[in-house]
Formats: sequence, structure tokens, C-alpha cells
Amino acid sequence: MSAPHSDVERIKAASRHLRGTLADSLADPVTGALADDDTQLSKFHGIYQQDDRDLRSERKRQKLEPAYSFMIRARVPGGVCTPSQWLNMDRIASERANGTIRLTTRQAFQLHGVIKTRLKAAIAEINREMMDTIAACGDVNRNVMAPTVHELTAVHAEVQEHARALSAHLTPATRAYHEIWLDGEKLPPPAVADGEVEPIYGKTYLPRKFKSGFVVPPLNDTDIYAQDLGFVAIVENGRLAGYNVLVGGGMGMAHGEPETYPRLADVLGFCAPEDVLAVAEAVVTTQRDHGDRSNRKHARLKYTIDDHGLDWFRHEVVTRSGVSLAPPRHFAFTGNGDAYGWQQDDSGAWHYTLFIQNGRVGDFGSLRLKSGLARVAEVHTGEFRLTPNQNLTISGVRTADKSRIAAVLDEYGIENTLQASPLRLHSMACVAFPTCGLAMAESERYLPSLLDRVEERLAAAGIGGDAITIRMTGCPNGCARPYIAEIGLVGKGPGTYNLYLGGGFAGERLGCLYRENIGEAEILAALTPLFEGYAGGRSPGERFGDFLVRTGVVRRVTAGRLFHAAEPGRG
Amino acid sequence: MRASTAPLEPLPLDTGQSDRLEKALAGLSPEQLHWVSGYAAGLAASQAGRLPAPAAAPVAATGDALTILYGSQTGNGQAIAERLAAKAREKGFGVSLQSLADYKPSQLKREKLLGFVVSTHGEGDPPDDAELFHEFLLSKKAPPLAGVRYSVLALGDSSYLNFCQTGREFDERLAALGAERLHPLVECDVDYEGAAQTWIGDVLSRLPEVMSASTPVPQLRAVSATPRYDRNRPFRAEVLANQKVTGRGSTKDVHHIELSLEDSGLRYSPGDALAVIVSNPPALVRQLLDELGLSGDTEVTVGGETASLEEALASKLEITATSMGFLKAWAGLGAAPLAALLDGGDKSALAELIDGYQVIDVVRRFPLAVDAQALAGSLRRLSARSYSIASSQRANPDEVHLTVAAVRYEAFGSAHWGAASTHLADRLAEGDSVAVYVEPNSRFHLPENDTTDIIMIGPGTGVAPFRAFVEEREARGAAGRNWLFFGDRTFADDFLYQLEWQRHLKSGALTRLDLAFSRDQAQKVYVQDRIRERGADIHAWLGGGAALYVCGDAKNMAGDVENALVDVLVAHGGLTDGAARQRLKELRRDGRYQRDVY
Ligand code: SRM
Ligand SMILES: Cc1cc2nc3c(=O)[nH]c(=O)nc-3n(C[C@H](O)[C@H](O)[C@H](O)COP(=O)(O)OP(=O)(O)OC[C@H]3O[C@@H](n4cnc5c(N)ncnc54)[C@H](O)[C@@H]3O)c2cc1C
Ligand SMILES: Cc1cc2nc3c(=O)[nH]c(=O)nc-3n(C[C@H](O)[C@H](O)[C@H](O)COP(=O)(O)O)c2cc1C
Ligand code: SF4
Repeated sequence: MSAPHSDVERIKAASRHLRGTLADSLADPVTGALADDDTQLSKFHGIYQQDDRDLRSERKRQKLEPAYSFMIRARVPGGVCTPSQWLNMDRIASERANGTIRLTTRQAFQLHGVIKTRLKAAIAEINREMMDTIAACGDVNRNVMAPTVHELTAVHAEVQEHARALSAHLTPATRAYHEIWLDGEKLPPPAVADGEVEPIYGKTYLPRKFKSGFVVPPLNDTDIYAQDLGFVAIVENGRLAGYNVLVGGGMGMAHGEPETYPRLADVLGFCAPEDVLAVAEAVVTTQRDHGDRSNRKHARLKYTIDDHGLDWFRHEVVTRSGVSLAPPRHFAFTGNGDAYGWQQDDSGAWHYTLFIQNGRVGDFGSLRLKSGLARVAEVHTGEFRLTPNQNLTISGVRTADKSRIAAVLDEYGIENTLQASPLRLHSMACVAFPTCGLAMAESERYLPSLLDRVEERLAAAGIGGDAITIRMTGCPNGCARPYIAEIGLVGKGPGTYNLYLGGGFAGERLGCLYRENIGEAEILAALTPLFEGYAGGRSPGERFGDFLVRTGVVRRVTAGRLFHAAEPGRG
Repeated sequence: MRASTAPLEPLPLDTGQSDRLEKALAGLSPEQLHWVSGYAAGLAASQAGRLPAPAAAPVAATGDALTILYGSQTGNGQAIAERLAAKAREKGFGVSLQSLADYKPSQLKREKLLGFVVSTHGEGDPPDDAELFHEFLLSKKAPPLAGVRYSVLALGDSSYLNFCQTGREFDERLAALGAERLHPLVECDVDYEGAAQTWIGDVLSRLPEVMSASTPVPQLRAVSATPRYDRNRPFRAEVLANQKVTGRGSTKDVHHIELSLEDSGLRYSPGDALAVIVSNPPALVRQLLDELGLSGDTEVTVGGETASLEEALASKLEITATSMGFLKAWAGLGAAPLAALLDGGDKSALAELIDGYQVIDVVRRFPLAVDAQALAGSLRRLSARSYSIASSQRANPDEVHLTVAAVRYEAFGSAHWGAASTHLADRLAEGDSVAVYVEPNSRFHLPENDTTDIIMIGPGTGVAPFRAFVEEREARGAAGRNWLFFGDRTFADDFLYQLEWQRHLKSGALTRLDLAFSRDQAQKVYVQDRIRERGADIHAWLGGGAALYVCGDAKNMAGDVENALVDVLVAHGGLTDGAARQRLKELRRDGRYQRDVY
């Protein structure tokens, strides 16, 4: 690779397999921050340095450093965790963090506001319950996603098992994590060849983050098109026949840089269940060897594929894995939301999926989510499953226990959350302020109040009962996957957003920029007539996003490369 | 705006100046002219930033002179002593003026006439410069002093329990050693001007009888110039910045205040303090008026001047700190239970009143119907408050910075305020001005030698002078290493000047920083604990000639730190406890262990 490597590449290479000077940074009493380079390495351990952006300027004037704290992300492959793991998180959130648990758009846990001196204890306590934070972030494979519920328990169990296996297979092998956080014995910086330390990743890991997931049609809850690597379960007469392999999905882009864009994954071919790991490893090593290490904004798999072409990529994967991919099988999706409420699977077990606004689990007035779910965890004998839409499924409830669980949910005001409008139940917002260092506009703290206004407009148009997906992010990175929502709002500056419309209800089509840099009033002004037009002019069962594309309100975006084509204000 | 020192200039005055000078000198006696020349020399010296060297009169060698000895921490006593010296010289008497720090106790028995001016500090302790003399005088080593005549002027503050303690001890001990009082002990409260003048007069009037007035040959010498700005002639400094420097979560409200010295010609050096003349919290003035059902408009006279009662309570009289004087006066006005309490002589009850009660609390506990003038008469003059200067003038030529902790607290079910700290923190906006003057503190200064290492121990607002120290050493390019111990309640919200310390550590201006935040973990940690932990290094630094500085709380910190230092010398220097304490004394005497505690 001719172009000079990015700074992060230098740091990774010099880090002795992600050790860096983290231990010294943690011990430095003069600052609540880590040494600059270590802030990059900590991500590989599931830890982001942040500061309270609400206080930033105030503290500068007070001659105090920013109010540094850390966000910890705990991996939960497939979103599955046990009641005791939940209780553990619940306790750590109260004792070490800011008192809330954040369920993420990738079915993982996040804790915010953990100060440096509590970091080590928090990580150790998370690991005590056999849950870890390694590789929850960083240039490696992230939390592996998988559907939370399916009426075919056998199929679901198999898919979950493959997700766990893939997660384990792609977890970095370095001991640094255990040394630094778990007081594991110190190993000398590996004398052995790097290949033996990190058989798959090597010494500099991947050029960029890498995301993978599984899905079982017809529900696309894990937004499979947004994954670098996706496995679509093909179920034939009640059994898992294999997977369609999808590659090259991703949301992240940057304002004003059209060479960056969100992209939906392409179907590469079909593989048998037993070939999942081989195919995945081939995809990862191809990206490892051919991904762009000079420009992090162009380093995701989606660009590697667009640069080299899908056929070249398929060839690489086939030769590296020795798996000859068959032609893809047919599949179709109905939506990418969660199936709320009580569902029963073919084994007779019950699953209750509840709505958690923007994934924030805390006690808010009469809605005592955190306390209530802790109570549930104390009596629940099944599992908890974190959904890809920042919600939670209480899984495997025996018919006998159903009423007991329901009673608790009711007592803590959690039952009512499902009374929310279909719009709200299909909404997501990323974290953004005050913790996210990249936020340009509010998101989690703002979307709920904006939805109040939007709901009024929908009701006025007589379609208050219709489900429309709406997602907001505080910056173009797209953490809440806004570019595949029917209504996407992407932060541009304080109080202003870009409005994207026409995404597919099942996350199968990218939206298109409709208005740039607008505030609440203009957002509502823009949406109202569209709601009215939709209410009057839609064909039976037609989704809002499909309607807008059909009627030409927005251009149909057929490929990521064409996402920015003919944007307002741009050629 | 200093007098030019260019040697070749024929006359360093423009015509306007020389005219004014002539007018001023017209009709002065030869002695007066001599004195003025010395005054001018001293003025020049002090403007040049140096305190005039205590002028030791040649005649002082013979016992036939008035020996004036002062123990002074913040300069009040020194100024008085210098005035007495000047006046005595005017009258032609031989005078030896010395700081007790420079005075050899063995001289005592050879003295004929001794004038002492000594203040009290800490909690009834002598000022630093008098510490060793005080120890000697009260020890068995002190010789019989038959034939020695003396008079003591004690400076103090009756809002402290041990009022004028040191002066009293001097006076009693000298008598016990057989010396004869020329004039009885005079105790001064913080508004000492009047009493001091009278004492000077009285002492002078007794001189002829005891001393063969040697033919007056006043010799030319620099006598100290009273600083150009003082409590009577303060400088009105404009507020450049008033910034809270504790975070949202802090239980304290500490402000960083920057004042402009532009065109004042004021000079200070790191270690000096700034005296601030302030007014009382308006809300408190109201409360007091309401409590006593008095109208604020009633005219009262305070120290000769008349003013409305409200104005007097606001800016002339002390209504926060309770003083012994006030308690006596209030009892005298008819507060029988208070009178009983005072006569009872129950020290702890008294201590509780003076430390824990503000005037309004006394008034509420011992209600009384008094008229405006009676109230005004019972209260002491509002005294200036001192604040360690937190800036180096070298680094900030036209500015002086302070670090002020606002005193606010709940007591007896109502809100209470400190006068000065809340005046500075709450009632001064940028652009406003405040009356100030510099209190030089020659006993708390950086080493002359820039290569000397220094260890600074300053928790809480005690860190203020060390901000000045580090700025100064950086500006000077001093090679010596600088080590700071800081502590407070929490890392997140009470780490005063955190960003500046981080910058100084990066640049190397600060060599080392050790921190103790008491409330960040289950068991409290204080600077003294860090000192013990770092004992080996501290001992090594001291071995290399490092100087120790301690600033901040006098009640607990100063003592705890002293004990920690003793432990260090014992643990790493192999000394006994006693020897260690002796060693610290020596370090103090050599100026290598300096303290500024309050
Ligand atoms: C918590 C979460 C959003 C949420 O509300 O749930 C999140 C939060 C953050 N994301 Fe994200 N991302 C989250 C899912 C996503 C997704 C959605 C997905 O993966 O399905 C995306 C879009 C898909 C993709 O990767 O393209 C996403 C694309 C990004 C990007 C842009 C990546 C790119 O290729 O441009 C960044 C910035 C970066 O990586 O440089 C980012 C960076 C961040 C950081 C860590 C900001 C940072 O780097 O300092 C955010 C932390 C905010 C905070 O205070 O917690 N996050 N992030 C999600 C955690 C997922 C997890 O458990 O691992
Ligand atoms: C040399 C020197 C340097 C100093 N440097 C600094 C400095 O750098 N920064 C700084 O902030 N201060 C410094 N001080 C202290 C400062 O001079 C004042 O004493 C302090 O600010 C309080 O003054 P005040 O007028 O606000 O309170 P006052 O009105 O003088 O005191 C109020 C009265 O309330 C009572 N009181 C006070 N606090 C409490 C409490 N918590 N509980 C019960 N009763 C209470 C006391 O009896 C006190 O007399 C220094 C003092 C000296 C002598
Ligand atoms: C920190 C501190 C402690 C003091 N302690 C006492 C005391 O215990 N008793 C007392 O009478 N005066 C006490 N005073 C008041 C001083 O004696 C008084 O301000 C005096 O005018 C100082 O004179 P000097 O400048 O010559 O030292 C104290 C002053 C300060 C600053
Ligand atoms: S989308 Fe942007 S603002 Fe929102 S969490 Fe992700 S990085 Fe932060």
C-alpha cells in the first residue's frame, strides 16, 4: 500500500498487541483522561474515553480539565444474557456508572459516566459474570447480531449457536485485556510470530471496525443490509438449510464528503451451515489484506468491495475459504422492527418484547424500568434478549410464570410502554449528547419530544395508527441506521438536521436526502403535507417510504455510490 | 513611575516636582530634614521592591540606647516599631531597631531600655520571627533582668480567643525575670492605630528620665517608608476577572480573582499577601437592623466621622466576626446572662462564642434594646482581610491574583456569610473596583538562589502562593526543582488550577505533583499522608538543600503536616522525635522551612 498509514495504524503496530501504556495511564492521578494514544487502544478493550459535553466550556473557564469519564460497551453475542448477568449490569450501572444501562442498536450493553478510578473495578465485575467487553469496539469484529425470537425454536437455537461460534472465532487472542483489567499474569510482549498471537487479525488487526450478524426472514430486525457481513438463514420445511451470505453493508458517512456514503450489503452466494466460520474468516482476511489502511474514512469493507468489484471479492473468499458459494436462495422481509408483546414459540415458551425508548434503562418517574427489570431478573428463569432496535425481550417464560412477570411489569409502569404510537414503537435515536464525542446535534435527548409533534401531525392526517420507521442520529455516522429508515434525521449542527426520506420499511432500501440543515419547525412543515398526501394517495398496504419513492417525492437510491447523486446544493 | 536611578543625571526631578518638593520642605527643622532624607531613601528602597534593612544604629552597641524589638508577621507591628524608632531618633536618642529574628537573646541582660512590639498569630502563637526568642524568654535559660526597663505593645485581634497572648507572655515573663515596666502593657485590637500612637507617645515621654539624652546627632540613614498604600490610603484596584474555579459538584465556592494594578506602582513579590478592604453582606446588615428594630437612617458617629447606621454597619463596623471587645460591650449594655458568662470565665463557652458566633447570633441569643449609637459603639472597626497573592508580578506585570474561598454556612437555623470572602466572590463584578494594599511577608519568600529545590505543601486555598511561586520561578528561568503537594475534597470539582498544573508539569516548570483528595475514597487521604508515603524522596530533597513551604489552614493542617515531616525525618533520617523537631526548628531559623498559615 503506497499511501502512508493512518496514525491509528502506527499506534496499533506499536501497542504490543493493544497494551500500549494503558496501565500507566490508569495510574496517572493528575488527569481523569488516558494518554492520547491509549484512548485509541482502549476501544479494543470496549472502552471509550468521553467527557460531559454539557460542561466542557464551563470547566475550561474554571481552569478544570473536561469532566472525563468512560463508556464501557459489553459484548452480548446475539443479545442473549442471563438474569444474573442482567442483575450484575444493573448493580455496576448504579455503583460504577451514571445509574442507567444503555441497550444499543447492536444488542449490546453500554454503561456511561464511569470515571477512570472506577474503570478497572467495573470491567472486572462485568467479567465476573462471564461477560466481556473485549472487541466491543475497535478495528475488529464487533458484537455479532442475531434475531431475538423465532417461533421455530430449533432454527432459532441453531442460528444463535452460529452467532456465538462466529463471535468466539473472531475474538482477538491477545492477553493484553486480561493483564490490564483482570490482573492476569503479565506476558512479555510476544516473542512468537504475530501470526501465532493473532492468527486471524495479525499485529495491526483490521483497517477498520467490522460488523456481522444473522437474520431469519421474514423479520429483518438485525438490519442485515447494514452489516459488513450478514448471514440470512434460509429455512426450508422447518429446517435451517443454510445461509445467503451478504457483504459490504454500512451506514457511516461524513457531511460534505460524497466519497463517503452508506451502502447496503450485496448478496454473495449461499453456503451450508457448517461453512459459516470458513466463509467469515475468508471475508475478514480479505478485508485485512486489501482494506485501505491509509484513509480511515475509506477503510470499511463496503469501499474495498466497491473499489475491487463484487466478483473479485467473491473469488477471494472462495479461494481463501475453499468453500464454493452456491447461487443465493430466495428470501423476503416484511419489516425491520421488533415483534412487541407476548409471543409463543413452538415449544410453548413465551417471549415478551417491551419498548425501551432509545434503549435507555433507568428509573424515570412513574416508569421505573431499571428497578422493574431488576425485579423481573430476580424471578425470571429464562433469558433476557437485547433486540437490535434497542429494546428488550424477556425470553423463555413458562406459561405458569407469565402472569407473575406481567404483574411486575405492570407494577413498575413498564406494561404501558406498549401503548406508545406505532411511530414511536418504530423509532430509534443514537446516544449523541452529552457523552458522544462526535455528536453535532442532540438525538436521544431530543427525539422523544420531536415525536410528540410528529404524532400530532400524523393524527391530524388521520394516520396516527400507522407504523412508520423514523430514526435520528446526532451525526452522519449513522449509529441508529437512519439511512434505511422511512424518515431519517441526521444531525448537522446544534438544532439542525438533514432529512432523508424513502428508506425501506424492512431496511431494504436507502433513503434519499430531502431537506438539508433544517430545524424542528421546518422538519414538521416538510413532513405534514407528505403525511396528508400519503393518507389520501397511498395504494392498499403501501408503506410510507415506498409511497414517497413511487410518487417521485424522492429519488429511488439503488446503490450507495449513488446516495449523494444530485443532492440539493450539490452538483 | 520609580525615581530614576541614572547616576549621571544632574537633577532627577522635573521643575514641577522640584517646586512641589521645595514647598513640602519649607520650614522644616534640621532634624526633620535629616529624617525626611532618610524617609526618602527608605521610600526608594521599598519601591524598588525591597524592605529597608532594619537600620541598626551604631550607638546600639552601647547599652545606652533604646532597643526596639518587633515580632511581626504581616508587617503591622514592624511599621509601628519603625515609627517609634524614627520618632525617638528625631528626639536624638540612640535607637537600635531589630526584628526578634535577628536579635541575640544573650544581649538581653545588657539592655537598658527595651520597647517590644509583638503580635500574636496562629492560635495564640508568636509570629514566626519571634518564635525562637519567645521560646528562649519563657525557658529556664532566660537570665535575670534586674535593671532592665521595658514596655510591650501587643498586637492582636479580639476575635481570637487568645487575644494578644504573645504580648501578654512577654510582659509577664519580663517582669518575672526582674525587669521593670517603664510603661504598662498595651493591648491593641485590629484597629490599633490610636492605641499604638498613644503608646509611642507615652514611651517617648518617659525616655528623658531613663536615658541621658545623648546630644542629639541624628545620623543619616534609611528609615522604612510606610508603604505608599496602606489601610488608610488603599489603592482602588479594578476587577479584571472573577471566576469560580470549583466545579458544579463542589461543596465549596472558590473564586479566582484578578485585579488590575495599572498605574499604582504597587510592587509585591511571591509570598506577600494582599489586604482587602471590604463591606459587609447587605442582607446581614438588614437582618441586624430588623433584629434590633433600628432604622438604618439614624446618624451615628464612628471614629469621629458621622454616618447613617446602615452605612456604618455596611462598611465601617465588624458585624461578622465577634470580638471580645464586642462581647464585653454587649454585656455592658445590659445583657446580664452574657455578663455572667464572661465573669464565669468558662473558657470553652467563651471559645464557642468567639469562634462559632457572629454578632447577629450573639444579638439573637442575648436580646437587648439598644439605640443606634450604642450598637455602633459596641462594635469594632471593620478590619481588612488578607489573601495570599496567587500571581507572580514578573509573569503578570500589572495584575494581582487571589484565590478566595467564599465563607457561607448554616448556623442556628439561618444562613451566615463571611464578610470579605463573599464581598469578593459575590459582590464584585468585572469592572468594579476594590480597595487593597500589599502586606509584604518577608518570612514567606522564594529562596534567593534559583537553583535551590523547593517543596510546596498547600492544600485548599493554601495553594494560592504556590501558583505565584511556580509562575515566578518559570518567569525567572530558575533551575531549581519545584514539588507541589496539593489536596482538597474531590478530584473532579476541587482540583484548583488543574489545567495550569498540568501545563506546568508538561513544560517542566513543575517537577512533581502529589495529590490527596479526601472524599474520593472510603478512607480519607490528606497531604500529610502523601508526605509520609513520599518520605524517602522528601528526605533526599532536603538533603540536597531543598526549602519547605507550607500554606493554608492553621487549625489542623499545619500541625498535621509538621508531624508528618517529623515522621519523615525519623523514618528516613534516623532521628529521634525530639531531634527531628529540633531539626525542623533549625530549618525554620535558616529560612528553609517557611509557613504562611491562617
Ligand atoms: C451505542 C451506539 C448507538 C446506539 O444508540 O445504540 C453507538 C454509539 C457510538 N458509535 Fe456507533 N454506535 C452504535 C451502533 C452503530 C451502527 C449501527 C450498527 O452497527 O448496526 C453504526 C452504523 C453501521 C456502520 O458501522 O456503518 C455505527 C457507526 C458508527 C461510526 C461510523 C463508522 C463508519 O464506518 O463511518 C462511528 C465513528 C467511527 O467509527 O469513526 C461510530 C462511533 C460511535 C461512538 C463510539 C462515538 C465515538 O467513536 O466516540 C458512539 C458512542 C456514543 C455514546 O456516548 O455511547 N459509530 N454505530 C451503537 C452501539 C453498537 C454496539 O453495541 O456495538
Ligand atoms: C496571611 C493570610 C493569608 C490568607 N490567604 C487566604 C487565601 O489565599 N484564600 C482565602 O480564601 N483565605 C485566605 N485567608 C483567610 C482570609 O483572610 C479570611 O479570613 C477568610 O476569607 C474569611 O474572611 P471573611 O471576612 O469572609 O469571613 P469573616 O467575616 O471574617 O468570618 C466570619 C466569621 O464566621 C465564623 N465562621 C467562619 N466559617 C465558619 C464555619 N464554617 N462554621 C462556623 N463559623 C464559621 C468565624 O467565627 C468568622 O469569624 C488568609 C488569611 C491570612 C491571615
Ligand atoms: C492567621 C492569624 C492568626 C491570628 N491569631 C491571633 C490570635 O490567636 N490572637 C490574637 O490576639 N491575634 C491574632 N491574630 C491577629 C494579629 O495578631 C493581628 O492581625 C496583628 O495586627 C498582626 O500584626 P503583625 O502584622 O505585626 O503580625 C491573628 C492573625 C492572623 C493573620
Ligand atoms: S451517530 Fe454520531 S452522534 Fe450518534 S452516537 Fe453515533 S457517533 Fe455519536
